[in-house]
Amino acid sequence: MSKTKDIRLMKGNEAFAEGIIRAGCDGYFGYPITPQSEVLEYLSVQKTKERTGMIVLQAESEIASIHMVYGGAACGKRVVTSSSSPGISLMQEGISFMAGTELPCLLMNVVRGGPGLGTIQPSQSDYFQAVKGGGHGDYKMIVLAPASVQEMYDFAKLGFDLAFKYRIQVMILSDGAIGQMMEKVELDEQIPRLTDAEIIKKYPWATTGKTADRERNIITSLDLNPVKQEIMNRKFQEKFKRVEENEVRFESIHCDDAEYLFVAYGSSARVCEKAMQLGRDKGIKIGLLRPITLFPFPYEEVARLAKQVEGILTVEMSAGQMIEDVRLGANGAVHIEHYGRLGGIIPAPSEVLNVLEENFIKSKVYA
Amino acid sequence: MLDTPTLTKEEICKPENLVYSRTHLMTDAPLSYCPGCGHGTIHRLIMEVIDELNMQADTIGVAPVGCSVLAYEFLNIDMQQAAHGRAPAVATGIKRLMPNKFVFTYQGDGDLAAIGTSETIHACNRGENITIFFVNNGIYGMTGGQMAPTTLPKMKTATSPFGRDVETMGYPLKITELIAMLPGTYFVTRQSVHTAANVRKAKKAIQKAIEYQKLNKGVSFVEIVSNCNSGWKMTPVESNKWMEENMFPYYPLGDIKVPQ
Ligand SMILES: Cc1ncc(C[n+]2csc(CCOP(=O)(O)OP(=O)(O)O)c2C)c(N)n1
Ligand code: SF4
Repeated sequence: MSKTKDIRLMKGNEAFAEGIIRAGCDGYFGYPITPQSEVLEYLSVQKTKERTGMIVLQAESEIASIHMVYGGAACGKRVVTSSSSPGISLMQEGISFMAGTELPCLLMNVVRGGPGLGTIQPSQSDYFQAVKGGGHGDYKMIVLAPASVQEMYDFAKLGFDLAFKYRIQVMILSDGAIGQMMEKVELDEQIPRLTDAEIIKKYPWATTGKTADRERNIITSLDLNPVKQEIMNRKFQEKFKRVEENEVRFESIHCDDAEYLFVAYGSSARVCEKAMQLGRDKGIKIGLLRPITLFPFPYEEVARLAKQVEGILTVEMSAGQMIEDVRLGANGAVHIEHYGRLGGIIPAPSEVLNVLEENFIKSKVYA
Repeated sequence: MLDTPTLTKEEICKPENLVYSRTHLMTDAPLSYCPGCGHGTIHRLIMEVIDELNMQADTIGVAPVGCSVLAYEFLNIDMQQAAHGRAPAVATGIKRLMPNKFVFTYQGDGDLAAIGTSETIHACNRGENITIFFVNNGIYGMTGGQMAPTTLPKMKTATSPFGRDVETMGYPLKITELIAMLPGTYFVTRQSVHTAANVRKAKKAIQKAIEYQKLNKGVSFVEIVSNCNSGWKMTPVESNKWMEENMFPYYPLGDIKVPQ
């Protein structure tokens, strides 16, 4: 007998917060910012200390948040912070330090429009910062792009698993629309938090106090010896390569017979899915490729589809960032255009379909 | 002079004549500090106390950026290197998730009182159960002797070559007095390690600051006014004299806040 499913109507931000609790999170450190403040609010209401023993702390800034995460992660704990664009910018030094010390953690960016204070409306203009390494030094994070409230929930557990599998930082690159919208979410059973003894066994690198049976553990990114620093960096690069080989995730819808292709992630993918249906209703064979991991990017799938379709339209709520990776994947095999809205505007499906028709179909007729 | 028999080198080294040895909580790595610098003595005192209290396995230390950035090379305990100024936040993350561990930071004045002022004040204000060792040498040692927030008026540094002009460069920050005012601090003291008597006093203060953490009453904070003979461009002996004559009047030694 299967138990009745636990299904709830939740906001994206709340689903993420519930997701980290149920995934056995040990600590959350954060600072309020729209449009993600519900994460800290939800966690505060949940009395997590009583529920699972999870610590929740409002820090004095995003800088403090990320360094609290650093301290906890270095002890082998499952730690999280979340913020929105300006706050994530403040965290970059700390994220770089975590890359340099290979500390696992889960970071959520509920992206809003920029630059500067910009707007509190949804945007996808932090793609470069997240995917290309926003802080200093040669590093990558695994970047997951949820397109539904269910994925805001699911990626909490997935994010922790990947973070500890590779000792890497995992960022969930969401946006104000996914964070704020309400959808139904199917919840899993609570995963128990690891005990200190389990952590010592599973993560022998963690600073848990030097005992007689092992050398002292040191968490540092510093090495002033250039040869050793290069060796350390090469090790990081090998790890990123393994991630690229093993962790590419994407969803493709109606790509088998597609003559035209949308490539879009997150909220934009939702818009494109609808635009694709509108197009198919008119007889235009459109497919949708939705990257789920932005790093590692599904270059191979883009390359494959680029040889099949007659045109690719990338849709992003930005001036065109992911399109650079789509171009890298396609490697000149097909004509690629970008369509984006800025300033917090979400494009309408009809608008997107129209752009596809204008760029690829009408131009074809009159060519 | 007492009538002590002269011992040969070999005799002195015999185990039965041993009167003092380095704690095994200091590693064999040669200290990277300038000869005459106080950092080495302060490291040793902290490690001696942790050793005497048998707390090696319970201790997690945090050393941010500054001359003591390589502290983890010398201290035989689990350590985290932190970004410049962020040690109190890092220590907060550790202590909140590992409440049974002894967690300390070891910070310079540039680190604690300039770039990390916010983290310092807020960790103190939240009453984090951590211990902060604050080495105040009135200068940025590591980066080559630039002005620190604690640099004295008229004091010459690489970035105040004509002396610190308080009108344009601000006043030396008495951050220790500032955080002593916060209800989140439990024990606040200012010490030095430039004479044998001061070393003994400092060690007692360090011991209290370590033991108080077990009470969960908030931050224990030990400032150590120390020399930077290289940055001050003096011999070690001159620097200690200069410190007594100039630093101590501005940063008087003694307890600032003691448990009621
Ligand atoms: C973000 C950042 N800014 C600047 C530096 C350069 N830096 C390293 S140590 C230091 C000053 C350290 O002075 P202090 O904390 O007084 O320690 P001391 O070296 O005197 O012991 C500076 C500015 C850095 N490492 N990181
Ligand atoms: S530069 Fe100053 S603080 Fe640094 S080791 Fe030398 S004397 Fe000590």
